[in-house]
Amino acid sequence: MEAYNKIFMEILNVTEDELSGLRYKDVECWDSVGHMTIITELEEAFGVEFSPDDMVEFDSYEKGIEILKKYNIKL
Amino acid sequence: MWDLGKYSERIALIDEQEVKITYGQLSEIGEDICKNVENRSLVFILCTNSIGSVVGYTAFMNHKIVPLMLNAHLDRELLNELLRIYQPSYLWIPENMTDEFSMFQVVINTCSYSLLKTNYQLKHELYEELALLLTTSGSTGSPKFVRQSYKNIKANTESIISYLKLDENERPITTLPMNYTYGLSIINTHLYVGATILMTERSLMEKEFWTLFKEQKATSFGGVPYTYEMLDRLRFARMDLPYLRTMTQAGGKLSVELHKKFAAYAEENGKEFIVMYGQCEATARMGYLPADQAVKKCGSMGIAIPNGQLSLIDENGKEITEHHKVGELIYRGDNVTLGYAESVADLLKGDERNGVLVTGDMAETDDEGFFYIVGRKKRFLKIYGNRVNLDEIDQMIKSHYTDVDCASIGVDDHMKIIITNPDLVDSVKHYVAEKTKLNPVAFQVKYIPEIPKNDAGKTLYKVLEKYDL
Repeated sequence: MEAYNKIFMEILNVTEDELSGLRYKDVECWDSVGHMTIITELEEAFGVEFSPDDMVEFDSYEKGIEILKKYNIKL
Repeated sequence: MWDLGKYSERIALIDEQEVKITYGQLSEIGEDICKNVENRSLVFILCTNSIGSVVGYTAFMNHKIVPLMLNAHLDRELLNELLRIYQPSYLWIPENMTDEFSMFQVVINTCSYSLLKTNYQLKHELYEELALLLTTSGSTGSPKFVRQSYKNIKANTESIISYLKLDENERPITTLPMNYTYGLSIINTHLYVGATILMTERSLMEKEFWTLFKEQKATSFGGVPYTYEMLDRLRFARMDLPYLRTMTQAGGKLSVELHKKFAAYAEENGKEFIVMYGQCEATARMGYLPADQAVKKCGSMGIAIPNGQLSLIDENGKEITEHHKVGELIYRGDNVTLGYAESVADLLKGDERNGVLVTGDMAETDDEGFFYIVGRKKRFLKIYGNRVNLDEIDQMIKSHYTDVDCASIGVDDHMKIIITNPDLVDSVKHYVAEKTKLNPVAFQVKYIPEIPKNDAGKTLYKVLEKYDL
């Protein structure tokens, strides 16, 4: 969970307590550019390859955790 | 500009809520809006990829009212500065933004957009051929606009339609901002042939974008290099998009690797991938690489568009006739715009270019006369397809902070801002992101004690680029 949070905090420039409930476009940094950066970093950090559908359905901090579960990554 | 009556029963625009507007309605609503607007007046359009935005734009253009196109998300201070400089008589803005302009009077609300009458008293004198004003760089709020004429837009529109073979069966989906020359040219050309445009503010990274794409059977889209990077990351090739026929690319040079990938994908899947070249100063397009050459001529920007001409000149302005020799790219054609405007007075200026554009891009040709861009003469980068003028970035920082010298360098999609005050690194990063709306991953702010300069005080960018920062 620490690695997951760190990626969000660094790319979106937010603090740990802002993560819960955070959605795409809630902060300026989470635009399409920020989204692609998050996806890339998560794939690298957890050694997974998201499907196209999972990448575009990934629209919140919580949704990402749920999607990673499908790839057998438990946070 | 557009003969809307010719296609009156056909659907011109569809959005995510499945609202549909026919060409007939486009014409009728346009009449309703424009009966409130004085002939040959100046209107600021705060653009979004929505029905209302296009309805206003086509109405003004068809009634010879001159729009100045801005992104609705433009920083408010920068917008205020542009209002102060140009004092438009009207604003055409998303209805949900009217509260921010309570000093101006709402004249009409339609299609979730509002026409506002401003209280500027200025009576603009506009050159009779002036049709439209577009920004050169979307983000720094520079008052410099490109002056496009009716002839420019018509010539470029007809040329693009001819080489892309567009007809009324096309269904492009918006992927680029409407105030951006490439995005606008997609709208211009498709309305000209009676096609149906799928309007969305969503990005490729959103599920809703792909839902609209699939449900409404999009046949084409355009993208800047960054769009194709995103598509690649999305593992686009795995998507099932049976109705997609054409993908176009412009707004900067695509990496050869990605050019190859998408050309091969298109070839294998019976689709067309068309790399193009253009600038706002040439209305939109100047060159294109025909789809059947996409694989063979990877990395090339192609040949001149129909009714245009491309050539290269050396340092002395002499035309280069041999192949494989680098020179500055020159374009000739009816789509070469009138010139720039930096003030109200400039709106009266006539044609300053006479059909010749010195592009500022350095290029060479191969044995068969296909052009390859190799560099750039001017100090700007393309970031996510938008031109970012490095001198303007430097100016912006220097005028906001007193105790700092700065110089910006970099490559496309990666800008480096070098400053001489170590305490300001975070602040500058924050400030530039806020003003330009660029995602901070697109640039870095670095500290060095002193910017290298020559005796005359000019910054030595070449030296700076060699520093390991």
